Amino acid sequence: MRTTALATVGLAAAVALTLSGCAAGGDQESGDVTITYTNFISNDGNEENLEKIVAAFEEENPDITVEVTTLPYADYGTALQTDLAAGTVADVFDIEYSNYAQYQANGVLAELPVEAPDAYRQSVLDAYQTDGVQYALPSSFSTVVLFYNRDLFDAAGLEYPTSDWTWAEEQAAAEKLTDAAAGAWGDHQPVSFYEFYKVLAQNGGEFLDKSGTKTAFNSPEGIEAAEWLVGKSGTVMPTIEAGQGTPDFDTTLFTDGKLGMLHTGIWMFGAFADVPFGWDIAVEPGNTEQASALFSNAVGVSAESDHVEAAAKFAEFLTSSEVMVEARLESGWELPATSDEAALASYLELGTPENRQAVFDSLEQVALPPVVAEGQQEMQDIMTEELVEAQSGRKSVEEALSSAEERINAAIGG
Amino acid sequence: MTALVGAAAAEIDGGSSSSATGVAPRHPSARGSRRRYALTVLAFMLPSAIPLVLFVLGPMVAAAWISLTEWNLLSPAKWVGLDNYATLLTDPATGDVFLHTVYYIVGYLPLVYVGGLAIALALNTALRGRTLLRGIYFLPVITSWIVVALVWRWLLNPSNGVVNTVLGFFGIEGPGWWSDPAWAMPSIILASAWKDLGFVMVILLAGLQAIDPGLVDAARVDGAGWWRRLFSITLPLLSPATFFVVVISLINGFQVFDQVYAMTGGGPGGATQVVVQQIYDLTFRYGKAGEASALSWLLFIVILAVTVVQIRGQRKWVNYG
Repeated sequence: MRTTALATVGLAAAVALTLSGCAAGGDQESGDVTITYTNFISNDGNEENLEKIVAAFEEENPDITVEVTTLPYADYGTALQTDLAAGTVADVFDIEYSNYAQYQANGVLAELPVEAPDAYRQSVLDAYQTDGVQYALPSSFSTVVLFYNRDLFDAAGLEYPTSDWTWAEEQAAAEKLTDAAAGAWGDHQPVSFYEFYKVLAQNGGEFLDKSGTKTAFNSPEGIEAAEWLVGKSGTVMPTIEAGQGTPDFDTTLFTDGKLGMLHTGIWMFGAFADVPFGWDIAVEPGNTEQASALFSNAVGVSAESDHVEAAAKFAEFLTSSEVMVEARLESGWELPATSDEAALASYLELGTPENRQAVFDSLEQVALPPVVAEGQQEMQDIMTEELVEAQSGRKSVEEALSSAEERINAAIGG
Repeated sequence: MTALVGAAAAEIDGGSSSSATGVAPRHPSARGSRRRYALTVLAFMLPSAIPLVLFVLGPMVAAAWISLTEWNLLSPAKWVGLDNYATLLTDPATGDVFLHTVYYIVGYLPLVYVGGLAIALALNTALRGRTLLRGIYFLPVITSWIVVALVWRWLLNPSNGVVNTVLGFFGIEGPGWWSDPAWAMPSIILASAWKDLGFVMVILLAGLQAIDPGLVDAARVDGAGWWRRLFSITLPLLSPATFFVVVISLINGFQVFDQVYAMTGGGPGGATQVVVQQIYDLTFRYGKAGEASALSWLLFIVILAVTVVQIRGQRKWVNYG
């Protein structure tokens, strides 16, 4: 009896909490509105740049105030999901390209009428359309390139990497640069889903089949690609036991001058600006073809927002205004998805790394991450887990890919 | 997760508090004073009852409802009846996560009990500086798991950690610890036992100090050696404290999470994927809140069953002197 009564009270309390959560918000009567924006893109160094853009927007729109919340990337996904579930999500919030499909399919994104679509880089803008309707606006894009330590290449008497390189040249240079006993390593490439789908494309393979709900990576191309990736471990790249795979391990190794080549994103330019050695970048070598990873962040407006119009206005300003383009290019933040080629040209003159042209060259042949509507995160986690099994030698590459194929197909409904 | 501890703890309290509420008011005939008595009791219970209802029972009821739906946290929940339970009971992963959890408990419980007992026995003597030592042993208990986990990851680093370096001095090649599926769970057990030693020590120390020294002295006069006194006098009289430690450690053990999340994240290759880590992953990584809630309820039922068996079984070995 007593437990039943208590349970009833508990249920009532839970309902009361939910209702009070819904009652908040709504200042429709006055002309002034306050909108909220939750982001991760400015975290860790670009907070002031974001402030500059927000201030410019508020100056242009005196009746709109923007409240900004900045979260670290690692916590952002969980926080966003919890807020969406609780109905406390911000009016405007950041999303990543790989999660766009899932959020769109679940109806949490409002439709966005774009006032000036010509200001955007068309291909990146199109990536956030579903059935011809815009549901998010690209705030930036970035690519992954091959970083290299020029001093180490000079010391080993090696030619610098060029855009003509293939895996074979990278392998040969990596071997010459490696002196495991002295703690010097030739190459670093994370063993993960994000690297695998790309090297697979570099080898002419496909991750998903045409239906988009079944995997296609367990192929001769896939096995060769996975072998290329996991084979670096312990030969030209430190093993997991030595710390490989822990956060910041690879970039620290590079800034310590103990790593010849590093596969990472152009967002590292700022962090590498003051290292005491020469470095540059090149388009990532491919095997049968070239393919570079393209990452993009975007902002969406909550379908539940009370101020969709004001929020959409801010979203467009945040992703296409001249103030934003200037702030991003000047600070070496990720690239704005702008159609203004003249502005982008100034980016080439900003100094280290010298070969900034490689960033634009890498855009010519990009590989977008495979996207599914259900089970995206599970697919990514399983792929990484199975590749690490192969990396550590507990499974052969063939076993790991077969197991990944079976588990991922179950997770994505194929 | 905390909800489950609270509820299970409430279950234990319920067992013992029935005798407390059973105490009759002084003047059972006076109806007004009885009502006042009831109100007084209620007023005293309120401060703990309100948070219990809001943060333990409320979420438990909500989880029971969520467990009957398919909910990805984004779209409205869909009613699926007992489908989530059926999925869990046929999924081999469920057996695996319970197995890993039991493995953890079987390794952790004896280690933390024997270690805690040894320290409690040592600190129950006239040792110099024992107050300071008691404080030091308790320090890990109040330290954040994230800090402890990072330190232990570093201590147990396979290639340049302190532990393997020291083992190297003796010509022993240390294992891969958290990077090796066979050694990852032992690594977590080791770190957990180290952190909780202080807690077990404090409870057992309190139990030891409640033992009449006259009984131990009498046994000594009768010629009982140290081990004999330990097994025939101390341990039987310590059994209520031991019972408390075992019950609490088992409940906490089934809900092991922080250290797993921070040290291995369930890896390598899923070797340390325990029940609560699975609940977390299902909800926050894979958007399967319904399945996760069903798994929380399965875990609750298992903990409840184990605890009830222990409370029933205590008559056979717990000595309330």
